[in-house]
Order: sequence, then structure tokens, then C-alpha cells
Amino acid sequence: MAAHLSYGRVNLNILREAARKELREFLDKCAGSKAIVWDEYLTGPFGLIAQYSLLKEHEVEKMFTLKSGRLPSADVKNIIFFVRPRLELMDIIAENVFSEDKMHSPRDFHILFVPRRSMLCEQRLKEQGVLASFINIDEYILDLIPYDGDLLSMEYESAFRECYLENDQTSLYHTAKGLMTLQALYGTIPQIYGKGECARHVANMMLRMKREFAGSQNQILPVFDTLLLLDRNVDLLTPLATQLTYEGLIDEIYGITNGYVKLPPEKFAQKKQGEASKDLPTEPKKLQLNSAEELYAEIRDKNFNAVGAALSKKAKIISAAFEERHNAKTVGEIKQFVSQLPHMQAARSSLANHTSIAELIKDITTSEAFFDNLTVEQEFMTGVDTDKVNTYIEDCVAQKDPLIKILRLVSMQSVCNNGLKQKVLDYYKREILQTYGYEHILTLNNLEKAGLLKLQSSSRNNYPTIRKTLKLWMEDANEQNPNDISYVYSGYAPLSVRLTQVLARPGWRSIEEVLKMLPGPHFEERQQLPAGLHKKRQQGENRTTLVFFLGGVSYAEIAALRFLSQMEDSGMEYIIATTKLLNGTTWIKSLMDRPESQSS
Amino acid sequence: MAFITANWNPLGEAFYRKTELYEMCWNLRDGLRDCLVAAAPYGGPIALLREPVRRSPSSRPQLEIYSASGVAIASFPWKSGPVVQLGWTVSDELLCIQEDGSVLIYDLFGSFKRHFSMGQEVMQSQVLEAKVFHSPYGTGVAIVTASSRFTLATNIDDLKLRRLPEVPGNTWSAGEVCRGILMSNGPELYILDTTSCTAVVPPGLGPQAGSIVHMSVSFSYKYLALFTDTGHMWTGSSHLQDKMSEVDTKKTTPPKQMVWCRRPKSQQPSVVLMWDRLLMVAGVSHDTIQFPLEDPCVLIGELDGVRIISSANQELLQEVPLVCQEIFKIASMAPGALLLEAHREYQKSSQKADEYLREIKEQSMLGEAVRQCVEAAGHEYDSNTQKSLLRAASFGKCFLTDFSPEAFVSTCRELRVLNAVRERGVGLPLTHTQLVYRQFYPLAIEVCRYLKIPDYQGVSRVLKHWASCKVQQKDLSDEAIARAVCVKVGDSPGVSYSHIAAKAYECGRPELAIKLLDFEARSGEQVPLLLKMKRSQLALSKAVESGDTDLVYTVVTYLKSEMNRGDFFMTLRNQPVALSLYRQFCKLQEQETLKDLYNQDDDHQELANYYVTASYREKRLESRLSLLQTAVDEYNKAKNEFSAKATEEEMRLLRFQRKLDDEKGAGLLGLSLQATMEALLALGLHKQAEQLYRDFRVPDKRFWWLKLKSLAEKEEWEELEKFSKSKKSPIGYLAFVEVCMKSNNKPEAKKYVSKVTPEQRVKAHLAVGDLEGAADAAIERKSDSELAAVLARCPASDRQLLDRLNRAAAAAAKK
Repeated sequence: MAAHLSYGRVNLNILREAARKELREFLDKCAGSKAIVWDEYLTGPFGLIAQYSLLKEHEVEKMFTLKSGRLPSADVKNIIFFVRPRLELMDIIAENVFSEDKMHSPRDFHILFVPRRSMLCEQRLKEQGVLASFINIDEYILDLIPYDGDLLSMEYESAFRECYLENDQTSLYHTAKGLMTLQALYGTIPQIYGKGECARHVANMMLRMKREFAGSQNQILPVFDTLLLLDRNVDLLTPLATQLTYEGLIDEIYGITNGYVKLPPEKFAQKKQGEASKDLPTEPKKLQLNSAEELYAEIRDKNFNAVGAALSKKAKIISAAFEERHNAKTVGEIKQFVSQLPHMQAARSSLANHTSIAELIKDITTSEAFFDNLTVEQEFMTGVDTDKVNTYIEDCVAQKDPLIKILRLVSMQSVCNNGLKQKVLDYYKREILQTYGYEHILTLNNLEKAGLLKLQSSSRNNYPTIRKTLKLWMEDANEQNPNDISYVYSGYAPLSVRLTQVLARPGWRSIEEVLKMLPGPHFEERQQLPAGLHKKRQQGENRTTLVFFLGGVSYAEIAALRFLSQMEDSGMEYIIATTKLLNGTTWIKSLMDRPESQSS
Repeated sequence: MAFITANWNPLGEAFYRKTELYEMCWNLRDGLRDCLVAAAPYGGPIALLREPVRRSPSSRPQLEIYSASGVAIASFPWKSGPVVQLGWTVSDELLCIQEDGSVLIYDLFGSFKRHFSMGQEVMQSQVLEAKVFHSPYGTGVAIVTASSRFTLATNIDDLKLRRLPEVPGNTWSAGEVCRGILMSNGPELYILDTTSCTAVVPPGLGPQAGSIVHMSVSFSYKYLALFTDTGHMWTGSSHLQDKMSEVDTKKTTPPKQMVWCRRPKSQQPSVVLMWDRLLMVAGVSHDTIQFPLEDPCVLIGELDGVRIISSANQELLQEVPLVCQEIFKIASMAPGALLLEAHREYQKSSQKADEYLREIKEQSMLGEAVRQCVEAAGHEYDSNTQKSLLRAASFGKCFLTDFSPEAFVSTCRELRVLNAVRERGVGLPLTHTQLVYRQFYPLAIEVCRYLKIPDYQGVSRVLKHWASCKVQQKDLSDEAIARAVCVKVGDSPGVSYSHIAAKAYECGRPELAIKLLDFEARSGEQVPLLLKMKRSQLALSKAVESGDTDLVYTVVTYLKSEMNRGDFFMTLRNQPVALSLYRQFCKLQEQETLKDLYNQDDDHQELANYYVTASYREKRLESRLSLLQTAVDEYNKAKNEFSAKATEEEMRLLRFQRKLDDEKGAGLLGLSLQATMEALLALGLHKQAEQLYRDFRVPDKRFWWLKLKSLAEKEEWEELEKFSKSKKSPIGYLAFVEVCMKSNNKPEAKKYVSKVTPEQRVKAHLAVGDLEGAADAAIERKSDSELAAVLARCPASDRQLLDRLNRAAAAAAKK
């Protein structure tokens, strides 16, 4: 069911199994039939841990979405609320409980806080006068959720915003806790590197938590050799750029949530021979995307321009395999052919799906608008005219293109120029306010606070130095057979991944100057291992690094890290963890403020 | 030794044996008659309350606590109300449930800890019966009142009282705690939970069996036994899905006690029933074992048997473990039995030893034989039997090459410990935890070290417990205790100083508590106690230090309710992390407070943002404008010139929109500037649109785009042409071509092609579908990419044009 989690260098299924076990234990504590009331945000991440069948086995008969008013009727003994510890949710729960009491057959109430119990919330329930109605209040520690064989995410949407706009480090506390859980299962990570304020904070918390649990020495042979903590604000540029890998583009265009994508249904209509498809499906087509699907694992991280060739090659292999049936003469041969059929049919339908997706994407990537946008992005990244008002952006504003697109571009220009001149910045801001409405002044203020928009200070623009030292722009990026990570953005090598690469070889000492230009401290810590747990490394055995992106990571960055893992001479394998899987659009969206207007 | 089976009694497939554990050390004058007795499981302590209902003030009943072997631990006169039931919690605290529903808690040494009540209602109608039980949540208490109302608390450490629904007929005959309350009323059986009272039918128990007068659940809560007034005993699973057996005891009086007697891996579960002078073991088979009783006894269910306590001695009744049966059964040929025999002969220097050994080895069962002997030793209580079994095992081991000694070694270790604690002076079996609670610290530490229990599970726990007691010693000074604790505990892993400090605080020694807290490494752990001790400032900084934001929030809410507003704000000011968290809280919950916070910090930028946000919540334009004006002032104070100006602009726009809405009903209010101009143009209010364009210094480009699109949309082609000629277009003329084409007006589009700059001319020709023109332009400009673009669009049929282009492309390439 989740076999793909165990294929990688690190068996992430252990983490999933631990989470499942804990869930089962909790459910068994509430004897009898149950209904779960879900904080809607949790359903996606939970789906990756346990399907409905598991819940059903433990007498969960109904599921509802948490909303105010009265709970739907259900003939069950227990009502369990699965919620994040948030005050507004407590108020809804209180309302639910109150309206229940008036009915004649009350049910038992339980709360399961994810990922952590909160005294603040319990206090709130107490103030609302419902705390005593709960038989059981518990916590379900679910920080890092395995998304794929090499990918963990907390899916903590507001992490970046909270850290950089609101100075609220709750997400970092959860991160540190999550890393402690990970170490409990996979052994103490002997080396910790980091860059950025948040990274420093997380490392400090981890070290302190380790001290606090000094007694319970971890006797597991370490699976990870190194942990690298990276602040998102060390590299603000990368997520702003349009991702050009297959998976990255799916996310940019259709959005991947919790491993699923919803696609326009037209291309997926089942056409049987001769039948005129009368009614086209209207429901979006929902597909799960992960490495359990062989073909997807193969093409997800390719530059989109290399996907077509890969698909047609696959098509040939599959049809050749089907042709085999003509060669099957003996009963034995036919039997063997038939035994392979299910696998082949799965491969064929997977191929059909991805061909359709690729066609959908191609329609967009070959459009002029996409091309123009990309050209401007690449100009910015290579440092062309980043200090002037850009006509393309002006035109886009005049055409009233989506605001987020404008904000992405302007932010990108600002980042690539180490801030904009007062005149240029004010011009953009006025254009945005006049065109999209003055309420966006709050969003603009937020972007400035987060450092995405910046007024150029007197010091000189250091982006070119960073670009050159870290080789962020590669003129001759090879999209088909890449030899460098820059293929994921067709030329631009993501800064975050470059830092990771340099850390592995030749080490950060070689780029001290650049590190100083990037925000926040960089550091190295060592965690003592108990005697006897020091790894005896085999000749040629790869080392494993866990790269943790605080504030989010894009699919293209993940692709770049996977590319590094696969490079023959890199000697390093990467597991990726993050607070949130994001792209430029979802990221900017999380930073926007929209006052609710009463008039109009 | 030879008579090891002398006390074995067969019952069905299994044997039961009754072993004496102790001759009791206590000296009870009146025996156990008229006593309330409660003994904790796992060989735990025994509490005794003599004549609990006698209320004469002159002769108060005495509450006595003994170890399992009868050594007195504590004794004091009972001064409180009449007690209905005694019981022990999972952590060996004594619960005394009184008639009025209050429950008093004492520790093992008889000192009073706290009390709680089972509810107001109980006080009036009195507790008739009570039960102490153990659930996954902790120790619980269930009571039933004289008016047949049940009340349940599943965890006394997190007290939540559940008053259960009324029972049918308001009467009941027997009750047990299991999945709620299981209760009978005549022949009917009900499960009573917080929501309902459901009738259930035990499978295979017909109504002819009679009324259920006694019931009992097993130690593991998995099995249920029911006793009816016709003397039938039904046993089955506690979820009432399966029946195991039904036995006719031929006794019509209900037993005084009925307790399950089974062990993990039991062959057959059975139940021990006790009447005044009779003890009966009844199980799956129709036979029973009967023992006469001389003294009144008390039965205590254990994990692996039943302890029988009388005033004179204490016995353990249990099913003989399978492995012991195999070894000791008369004429047994099991490998273990043969090995034991072989060893015995060996000690006698008889050659028969060799014969026995050969017999085992021929069946290659020697490993199994050793394993059996080791396991059986673990089950035996008598140390001589243990020894002979272990010697036999050790003897057998000599003839094996690759037998892992682990089981042997650990069994020896464990037996040493078990035997040590079974000594009468200590008077208990089993684990180190129980040792600790009884304050045998040095022995406990030795045991932990000896059993090689990891420090944080073993020694640390002993130390923690020791320290918790130490702080209660009233004759020592704070200094002395703190020093003593620190020296002994040091930084032993897993010892929580907060826990020790909390104990100190409980005993009324806050100064000592603070001293001890200083040693605590986990800052988060210190917070709750610090709050309790009203050291809120310190609590706040410790909470911040821990990084746990929920903890910070908790302290902040606490401070807020404790302090006056000014002090509260000042405190936050010194803790930026706490302050920003509180701001977050206010943003969601208390907008007004948020404003005050910004005001206090002179954070004009945030204040201005606050007013902007607030303005959108206003319905009336005047209030909205006045809030925006405040925002402008604040932006100015924050020296954010841009935002101040932009907000002024916004106000101007709002006024303009309002005016026009009033005059023309244009419905503009709330639109952006761009949308407003668009709407005006659509309405044909060109003058007003132009006015906005000038007043708001809209860039030409944007305005031209806007007007171009608007005119094309309305198909005012003449206007459009006039507009194109009004001055040189700041957006070029390709835009005109494209916009016209979008409206499907090729003739109009063509008008502008000639005006397009040379760089864009090819594009313009292509846009209107004029291939010839595009080709001419491209050839003229000799540009590869443009030639290629035209070529791409050129149909293969047009050979002439293709040739021309190809030639030009070749020429361009040559250059």
C-alpha cells in the first residue's frame, strides 16, 4: 500500500508505520462505534498515513467535516474531533457540543489534537464550559509526514509567513520536535549544518531537547550522516521562478495537494471504439502522483522538454511488450504473457494518463505568454536590466494579468537586483495599487517585510557576485541529458541546492564570502554518538544527508536534489524534508492579506 | 521434592495448586471478620479497616496498612465518615470511599494526600456499593447509590464524573465494571454506559438459569463470570460474544467472593468462588475442586492466579504452568523431566544418568529439555525446587555446544531478586517499581543495577522517588535538602527536578521548590510549577526559553488575568517572542487590544495597517474615510511616504466614486482605479475617465491599453482610429493590430499594420494573416528568426514564396 516509501535509501515506511500504530492505539482507547469530525485541513495529510479502511477496522463508522452548528446525527457511541490546536476551531467544537446536549441521546466526546496538545486550547474549551464534556483529550504527534520515498513534509501552510512576518516560531518548535521523533526512529544525526536565523533556532532547540533527554540514549545506528537546515529566506529567488520540470509544471499549472492533482477532464474521456462520447465528464480527473507509479518516477524530475521523448520511448516498449503475444506459442509462454498482463495494462494506462497531462502542459508551455514570461524571468536571473522598470511587467499590469503573477515577477526583479531603486519600486507599487485595488497595500507591506520587495540600500548589488561564485546561471544547460542541476530551470541552478551541493564538496569554507552575503548565520554542530554507534563505512558507500527547508521547498528543488543523489560521483544521497511543499503562487498567496470588505 | 505434586488438584485438562506464600506476621485478634480488606495486585500492600460502620465516637475504627506478608506499615484511627469500600490505585495509593460519596486518598504510609467527591447527588442518597477498577486511563471508581443510580469516574487523576442513565425498574442485583457498567436485574443483564442502558444476552444462558446474583470480570477484563440463584455459573468473553462454559455448583447461596483464576497462556480459565466455609474452583469441565475453609478469607485476583489471605497465612492458588506439569507430572517422559532425573542420578553417581541423557539426545531434545527446566524454575516458588531445576538445566547445557545462555542467566538473576523481595521482611514479590514505592531505596537501586535495567528506567526512578520523599522531611533545612538531593541525583538521566520541586511545593516549601527548579534542565517542565507558585515572570522567560509557543501562550494568558494592563504590557515588552505571539493572538481574537499594543510600542507602520484593515470592515463611507485618514497620519509618522500618499489617493478615489455613484448611479464604489476607468469608458463617460487618468497620474501606456481595449470591445472603430492619431502611441501599433484581430475585425487591423515599427512588422503581418507582407518584411530585415517564423506558417503549396524565403534565409545565414 505504501511500498514506495520503503524503496529509497532510508525506509520512510518505518515513520509511517509508527504513525499508524499510534493512531490505532488511540482509536482502540475509545471503545465502541465512533464518528470522526475532521478539521478539514487534516484530511489530506492523514490520507497519507491511513486510509478509511484502517479507520473502519477500528469501528469508525462515520466521518464529518468540522463546521459550526449542530453535529450531524449518527448512531455511534463516540464522537472524536481530529483538530489542529487552533482557538477558532475550539469555538466551533464548543458550539457542536452545546447543540448536542439538548438532544436526548448524548454521545461520548473525545479530542485528538494534531500534532500537539495545547493548553491554550484546553483553556479555551474550559472558558466555553465544555471541557468537562470530553472523556479523553489526547495528542497525535504527526509532524513529518512521508510524501514519498525521499520526501517528508509537515504541510504547515503558514510556516513561512509566521516565521518572517509574525515572528511566531511555532512551526520551528514543531520542526525541532519532528526531527527528534525522526532521530528516535533513525538514530542521532551526528552532524548538523545550517544557514539562516530559523535554522539556528531549530538547531538550538534540537540540541537542548537532546540534553533534556540525556538519559534515553538512542541505541540506533544512525541512518543519516548529516542534517542541513536551510531557511527559505536564504534563497528567496528559487521559488519565484517558474519550475520547468514535469512535476514542477504540473504543480505550477494545476497545483498538487497532498500528492494528488486535479486535472481538466476532457483529455481523459474514455473513448471506446465507435462510441461517440456523448457526455464528457465534468468532474475534474483526480490522479495520485508518487513514485509508486513506475513511469511517473522516471519522468517527474525531467525537464519538460525531455518528457516527450521519454514518453514515446516508453510507448514503444509497451507496445512491443504487447506484441509479444504473437510470439507466444506454447501454453507456458501464453501463461507467462497473461501473468504479466496486469502489470502491462497498468503501465499502458499510466502512459495514457501522462501523455494527456503532457499534452495539457504543452499547450501552455508553447504559448507566447509563457515564453515571454520565461524570457523575462531569465533576463532577471542573468542580471539584464534589473534596475529599470520592466516593460513586460508594465504590459502585464495593463492587461490585468493575475496579481500573483505580477507580484512574482516584481519580487524576482527585486531579489535579483538586491532591492529596487525608490523610483522603480514606487512605480510598481502604484501600478499594482491602482490596477488591482488599494487594499493590496497590506500585501505589499508584507512582501517588504519578508524581504521579497526591497528598497535598494546604498551598498552595491551583490547578486551578480553570488550568481557567479555559485554558478547560478549555466549558459548551456542540457535539458535532455543533464549534467548539472541547472536543467530544472533550463539554465538557473537553484541557490538552495547549490549550497547543499557545495557543502558536500568542497565544503562551505570555500564560499565563506558568499555565505556572509546571504541572510542569517551559518553554523555547524556535532552531536555525540554513544560509543559503538559510529558507522564503519564501506568503501564507496554513499553518505546520507537530510536537507530540511524551513519555510517550504519547490518540486524543482527536490528534482535537483534527486539529480545530485543519482550522480555517480556525488557520493551523497539526499532525503528532503520541509515545512510545506510550495510553488511561487502558493507561496505568494500565503503572504497576501485581504481585508474583508463590508461595502461593495 | 518427591511430593511436589502433592498439592496438585486436577480439573479438566489442567492442575491447580495452592502454595503457601507466608505465614502472616500480623497478629489480628479477631481475624478478618467484620473487616473491610483491600489488597493491591502484584503482591501489593493490604489495607484493613475494622468494623467500618460502627459510629460510636468512643471507639473509632482503626485503619491499618500491612505489607503482603503482614508487616505493619501504618496504622491510625479512622476519624472520618463511614467507609463503604477500600481500594488501591495503580500507583499504590489507598482510596477510601465513604458512604457520603467522598473519596479520601492516602499514600502507602498512611499519610493523607487529598480527597474528592463522587457528586452532590450522592451525598443525599448514600453510596450502597463501590468498586475501584483499572482502565487504560488510570484508576477509576464506580459507585451505586441506594436509589440505584450509578456514577463513574474513569480516571481519578483527571476527575470527570459521569452520572449514568437510570436503570430499568430502578433496581439491580449485581454489578461489575466492564465496558461501562455491567449490571443485572433478575435474569436480565444490561450494559450501562454514559448514554444508554442496553439489554444484553449472554450467549447460551437461558432464562431458566435464574437471576444473576453475582458477577466478576477477569484481571485482564477479557472474561466474565455470572452466578445465578440456581447455582449456575456461566463464563464467557466479556464482550458477550462467546460462551466458555456453564457449571452447576449445586450451591444456591451467592458466593461471598468470586474471582477469576487464570494465567497468561492458560490452558483453561477458571473461577474461584468462596463461601463461608468453602473454596471452590470451577472451570470448563463439570467437575470442581473444593477446599474447606476454616477462617474467613479474602481473595485477591492476580495476573496469574488468586491470592488467598486469611488471618493466619497467605496462599497462592494458580493453574500449574504447562511446563511444570510436563516436568513434574507422575511418570512424565517430557525431555525436561528426563533431564531432571538424569541430573538426580548424576548426583548419586549412578550410570543411569547417562541412560537418561542418551534418551534425550536420541530424540535431539536436549535443548528443549534445558529450556523447560529453566522456564519451570521461573514458575516455582520454593527455592529448593528452583535450585534443582536450574542445576539440571546447567547440567544439560554442558552437553550442548551452541545453546544461548541468555535465558538461563536472566532467569537466575530474576529469581535472586524475586527471592530477595519475597523475604518476609520485605514481603512482596515482583518488580523494582513496587520496591521503590515502599521506600526500600538501597535494595531497589541494587536490584536495578543487578538486573541491568537501563538507568533512566531503573536507578533514576528510584532516585526520583527518594528525592520526592526527602523533600518531605520536615526536620531538615531547605539548604540541607537541596544539597542532599543535588549530590545524590546529580544529573542522572531522566530525573525530573520539576517533579521533585512540585513535591516540595506541595509540602509547603516554596523556597526549596525554587532551589530545586534551578537544577531542572527542561525549561518547559518548570513552567507549570512556577505559575502555581506565582513566579509568573520567571515562568514566562522559562517558557520562551523552551521554544514551546503553546507554553508561552499559556503563561501570557495567565499573566493577562493576573496583572493590570500596564504591567502586563510592560512585561511583554521585555519578552519580544511573547509579545509577537500575543499580537498574533490579538489579531485573531482581540482587535482592540492589538491597537493598544501598537500604540504602546509607537509602531506607527503597524497601526496604519491596522486602520487600513479596519476601514474595510466599515459599511459607511464617512467612517471608512476617517479611518483611512488616521492611517494616513500614522503612515506619515512612520515616515512611510509612499503608503501615506497611496492611502490619500485611495480616499480621493472613494470620494470620486461616491460622487459619480450619486450623480449617475454608476456603481463604482469599491472598484480599483483601473476598474473604475474601465467602467467609465464602458459607460461612455470619457471625460471623467480622462480626468482620473490625469488626476491620478496614470502612466500613458496603461491608459492607452485600457482605452484601446474598451473602444474595440464596444466596436467604436472610428473613435479608435481617431484615438490612434491623437498622438504617437506609447504602446506602439502592434497592440492595435492584435486587439482588432481579437475582435475579429481584420480590415480595421490592417489599417494599423503600416504604422508598426520595423522590428514588429513581421509579427503584425502574420497577425493579420498576410504571408506575402510578412515575407517581404522579413526578407528586408534579413533576420533568421523572423524568416523562420514566416517559413513555419507558410503552406507547402506555395512553392514560390517558400523558395524566396529559403533563398533569403540562406543568404542571411551566409553573412
